[in-house]
Amino acid sequence: MAERVEGDTTRRAYFDHAATTPMHPEAIEAMRPYLDGRFGNPSGSHAESRRARLALDDAREQVAELLGADLGEVVFTSGGTEADNLAVAGGWHANAFDNPPVAALVCSAMEHHAVLNACRALARQTGAELREVRSDRNGIIDLDQMAEACTPEVGLVSVMAVNNEIGTVQPLGAVADIVRAHSPQAVLHTDAVQAAPWLDVTTLAESCDLIAVSAHKFGGPKGVGAMVVRAGTRLEPLLYGGGQERERRSGTPDVAGIVAMAAALAITVAERDRTTARVVALRDRLGDALVATVAGVAETGDRRQRTPGHLHLRFSGIESEAMVVLLDAAGVAVSAGAACSSGAVEASHVLEAMGLDRAQATTGIRFSLGSTTTEADVDLALAVVPDVVAQLRD
Amino acid sequence: MRVLVAMSGGVDSSVAAALLAEELGPDQVVGATLKLWGGASDSGCCSVADVEDARRVADQLGLVHHVFNFADEFEEWVVNPYVRGHAEGRTPNPCIECNRHLKFDRLLERARSLGFDAVATGHHARCVVTAERRFQLRRGADALKDQSYVLAMLGQDQLARVRFPVGEMTKAQVRDEAHRLGLRTAAKPDSQDVCFIRSDEGRQGFLGARLPLHAGRLVDHDSGEDLGPVDAVELVTVGQRRGMGHGTDGRRRFVTAVDVPARRVSIGTPEAAHTTEVRLHTVAWVDGDPTAPVPEDVDTVVQLSAHGRPVPATVRRTPDGIAVAFATPQRRVAPGQTVALYAPGDPDVVVGSGIAQ
Repeated sequence: MAERVEGDTTRRAYFDHAATTPMHPEAIEAMRPYLDGRFGNPSGSHAESRRARLALDDAREQVAELLGADLGEVVFTSGGTEADNLAVAGGWHANAFDNPPVAALVCSAMEHHAVLNACRALARQTGAELREVRSDRNGIIDLDQMAEACTPEVGLVSVMAVNNEIGTVQPLGAVADIVRAHSPQAVLHTDAVQAAPWLDVTTLAESCDLIAVSAHKFGGPKGVGAMVVRAGTRLEPLLYGGGQERERRSGTPDVAGIVAMAAALAITVAERDRTTARVVALRDRLGDALVATVAGVAETGDRRQRTPGHLHLRFSGIESEAMVVLLDAAGVAVSAGAACSSGAVEASHVLEAMGLDRAQATTGIRFSLGSTTTEADVDLALAVVPDVVAQLRD
Repeated sequence: MRVLVAMSGGVDSSVAAALLAEELGPDQVVGATLKLWGGASDSGCCSVADVEDARRVADQLGLVHHVFNFADEFEEWVVNPYVRGHAEGRTPNPCIECNRHLKFDRLLERARSLGFDAVATGHHARCVVTAERRFQLRRGADALKDQSYVLAMLGQDQLARVRFPVGEMTKAQVRDEAHRLGLRTAAKPDSQDVCFIRSDEGRQGFLGARLPLHAGRLVDHDSGEDLGPVDAVELVTVGQRRGMGHGTDGRRRFVTAVDVPARRVSIGTPEAAHTTEVRLHTVAWVDGDPTAPVPEDVDTVVQLSAHGRPVPATVRRTPDGIAVAFATPQRRVAPGQTVALYAPGDPDVVVGSGIAQ
């Protein structure tokens, strides 16, 4: 039943790596023993447990190094959403307890919903004021507005490292300078989920207190993530229980998934320069050709400020929802805006945060490339997109 | 022939999809569920559970399934006019406006742009091609489930691109077929009421959250005598009996008119609540030039509500629409409600529709 005709008969080109990536074969191999014979619970005191514990320690060491953190600063989670929620709620509650005057939190208006909705829920639950900072037309957070929002009573700031829809890299260093200068009590969190596949998180986020990443965006399995919690940053858990992860995240760790995440991150970092050079060339070929051959195409965000994998285009007069359907039928997988729980496409809050109107916010198509993208994929997209645009403008 | 079938997650559209998949082959049929309402609802067409039902049925039938987000248009064309109507003392039919603007306009256009030849729905109605190659809209085979009333605004352009696969079946046959195919929606209850209003909030809660509701006075239809207070004139509908009590003659009273600006609701005897004529605007003809003059006093049969009894009548043209004269007095039609017209010689055939002034 799962095998659908379209998948069997049509060549597919996958341009949705920002949604999820195929797993690195090495990561699959790395996790296999822990799904099979090495099944132990790392919290026990027998040989089976010790073996799992060692694997967890190795993975933690590897992830810590690759993210520019110390061993004790890495907390494993069930993914990016949990890490973001833990950062927002856990960072806030620990801080509010220590510093009773904190009464506001700040995030960028183009945050992923894992941060945005966590902040909105927190504001609703605690009565704290949420300040959402808008972006400029290039999709970069407005630092003047950021400076206005950062007042002394701010207890938590969350600004993503890279935007998930358009791929723009945010000036975290400048954000951190503002936060430290004007909101000295604030914990600074960054959602680095889209940055980890492409950028050196160790330098990008060195000034942040909390850093969230997700394994499946860089060739690891779904359902695994990690958060860097800088030494000295207090965190109230989201999940209470056996006190795993140094009392910061209870629950038996997903040893196999964590091992695979470490393997995937290691490969990603080791091959980053090579992958980047290759993917930038593919992305630019795709973007340049589409902008040159299809009328009424606008590229969102300055390419020099974007990750290698992201290409976000707006096709004037075309509903992205319809375009995704036709491209899919023609074998090209792309995404439009954010998907809601029913699977429907929502108007992009990211594009609206950049000041685009609602009509423009429904014309965006995200092509996101990854380490497995090939010239043939780009060829197929270039063959298909102009026809689809013509059909929809007919 | 490629068909996009609108799947609400209910049994009728599930079986419609199954019949099309059997007739045309699963590769010629794609399922689509419309996300219409962003707010809370019991079920309606928009809840995640219904989307899941539609997706699972599509999967079982071997169909690709999509979700289309028409929430903005739904708000613009259905919800806002519904709220505005009540603010002005009218009672619009949101299902009809959804069919007019969403299912048989927005979705038809989406289907066309995606290369589909037709849109199918699970409505109990029939579309028949006549010897003159015109499209005839007919009542569904199941008289009790017939939905031609809510489709009576369709014209030739739309009917040419629409399919109603379950129109020839009774509801019992639809459910039997769903059971036979093992569809998970086989025993799902029919949807009730307005899809975007939750049963726990009701119409009053929904409108109260979106409109200022005004207390007013009840007055006698004939004498104008003040008969007491009424909580919210915006929630009162012409023809309503509930809450209007009895007159000094011991007979029930009915709403005969609602005047929101004056905060006044007129109530009267059963005779006062009846009328011999209703004037319609937004007139649509199934087959005919909507601008062509209507001859004087044409015989017709009208239906005044979704499951109302057919009433013989005559139609004549007015400067801004048509006037329908009933053969026998009928309960007053609330402004905003739709009147569907059927052919007197063949009362299954829909002629057109209009909205009561």
